[in-house]
Amino acid sequence: MPEANPEAKNDTKDKTGPSGNGSSKAGSTCILMRGVGKHFGKTRVLEKIDLDIKTGEFCVFVGPSGCGKSTLLRLIAGLESVSSGDLSIDGQRMNDVEPSKRGIAMVFQSYALYPHMTVYKNLAFGLKLGQVEQGEADRRIREAARMLQIEQLLDRLPKQLSGGQRQRVAIGRAITRQPKIFLFDEPLSNLDAALRVSMRSELSRLHKQLKTTMVYVTHDQVEAMTMADRIVILNAGHVEQFGPPLEVYHRPRTVFAAGFLGSPKMNFMRGDITEVGGDSVTVKLTGGGNVKAAVKPDGAKVGDTVTVGFRPEHLKITAGDKGGLTATVQLVEDLGDHSIMHLDRDAVEGRVLAKVEKVPATEGQTVSFEIPAAECHVFDAKGMALARRD
Amino acid sequence: MTGKVAARKGLFYLLVIAIIFYTLFPFYYAILSSLKTGTELFSVDYFPVTWNLGNYVSVFRDNPFATNIWNSVLVSFSTVALSLFLGLTAAFALARIKFRGRSLLLLTILGVSMFPQVAVLSGMFQMIRSLGLYNHLPGLVLAYMIFTLPFTVWVLTTFMRELPKELEEAAIMDGASSWTILTRVFMPLMWPALVTTGLLAFIAAWNEFLFALTFTLTNDERTVPVGIALMSGASTHEIPWGNIMAASVMVTLPLVVLVLIFQRRIVSGLTAGAVKG
Repeated sequence: MPEANPEAKNDTKDKTGPSGNGSSKAGSTCILMRGVGKHFGKTRVLEKIDLDIKTGEFCVFVGPSGCGKSTLLRLIAGLESVSSGDLSIDGQRMNDVEPSKRGIAMVFQSYALYPHMTVYKNLAFGLKLGQVEQGEADRRIREAARMLQIEQLLDRLPKQLSGGQRQRVAIGRAITRQPKIFLFDEPLSNLDAALRVSMRSELSRLHKQLKTTMVYVTHDQVEAMTMADRIVILNAGHVEQFGPPLEVYHRPRTVFAAGFLGSPKMNFMRGDITEVGGDSVTVKLTGGGNVKAAVKPDGAKVGDTVTVGFRPEHLKITAGDKGGLTATVQLVEDLGDHSIMHLDRDAVEGRVLAKVEKVPATEGQTVSFEIPAAECHVFDAKGMALARRD
Repeated sequence: MTGKVAARKGLFYLLVIAIIFYTLFPFYYAILSSLKTGTELFSVDYFPVTWNLGNYVSVFRDNPFATNIWNSVLVSFSTVALSLFLGLTAAFALARIKFRGRSLLLLTILGVSMFPQVAVLSGMFQMIRSLGLYNHLPGLVLAYMIFTLPFTVWVLTTFMRELPKELEEAAIMDGASSWTILTRVFMPLMWPALVTTGLLAFIAAWNEFLFALTFTLTNDERTVPVGIALMSGASTHEIPWGNIMAASVMVTLPLVVLVLIFQRRIVSGLTAGAVKG
């Protein structure tokens, strides 16, 4: 688990510089959650969430719809109250603090710009309410507008803007408040695909520029992988894994985390452990064939039922029946730079997908495939991964 | 083919003319009558025969009509202002805040408007008497809110529900209090609904007769509809039709003007509820 490091009582209220970065040092704990839970009536949406998000970090909450990621964000924002546990920001307990006093700014999915105000007034509204002196407010607004390249739009109404421009204004409204933390609730999901890609890189650039803590909710794993310093994978109200994107990708801690990241999805096969070595486990698959995985057994015993997981890009496929693992090619999807092969194995639940550069066999033919031990994941009956050797 | 189309078009316009005639003729005849004096009033004419504005002068000379108009203006505007204020704040609670019994409360409010005026008349009379408002204009304002508030609350609640929740949350994040959200974020977006409900409330208050008749005693406190109804001529047996018609025309005109001014807003208020962010 991440070390608890509540950088005690950093009063950052007034000292926020133009970069928006609070006085907390990068790397100290910014948002700390201990046993945070949320329930609506009897429906438990979140349970026992422990997280510590570091100052200056870009943290992405990702998960399927209904996993509670937006609720978790709204708890940080203060738009929902915490049912149990503690939430603190920069060492101060925030459970009962008003949203506007938490030093945060939020960007909503639907932008939520005030329709009757010009862009300038949209940006100024929060500052005026926060009693920021007018000259200072104007300076902040101009700077945010310059940063987001919306200077020429300041006198327009939201309805005169395109989706991308509205999104920039929404981000601008957050920037002018100079928060300690930015919260993003699926900000790109209303944009078309091309715009999404460009806004994605722009947000990453913005984060590098501002160096402020950002928490970002998305269901899009590409956004999660490309933007995050660390990813929180949520499922059914609990954290499946919390770590840097590549670590989560290469060393998923649970079956769910393994299946959620990666496209096409990781392949899973069931089997029983037949051999336990010092740093490897051999599994006899239910559908026939043996797989050796380079994982630490960690108490796994011979005879345990496990799930073996391996990513489509790691399959080594050769034409013809070479013994070992075999399958019939069901379908080949040619995507130009690579192809997805759908392989059918008798008696195996589901299909095996393989991502290959060159297709070694056509549809209907039999192929043999191999899974390198180093790329093979093993999950116990509870869905927890056995630790990797490296 | 073309003959059929032409016939259809002809029928359509015939219908339009019939409807226009049906709605406008009474008012037109009132204008005609208001321009006549003496025995001319009892001859049936469909086009203006004389242009005599004497009635318009004598209404003000022989009756306290100016006071009546002023009373009506005071009562109607106060009713509208109070109804909109109470309606808006109530709608904020009913549309935006979750609490137990919310829908029951809404239904009760609607239920209030279902009673016929006569049914509440005697109770209302007692209430106004005990509040010491009998024969005072505030008494009328209080009484009128009984029928203006329910639909004001309902329309505004429906309208406010349609406003996106994220807008409110964005304002909360910006540090806005509920009052600021209502006045600075929601109200500007609700102008169409406010104008519509306000105008309907104004018309209802302006034209109200029964309460106005019951709760006022002296000419100084009477509103226009009562004033017109109680107009008396030279002798008790003469009904001053000319004056009555002139007065009616004059008090209808403000309504027509108001409706024309706000016409667009009314249409968008009645149809559009959603606000495009």
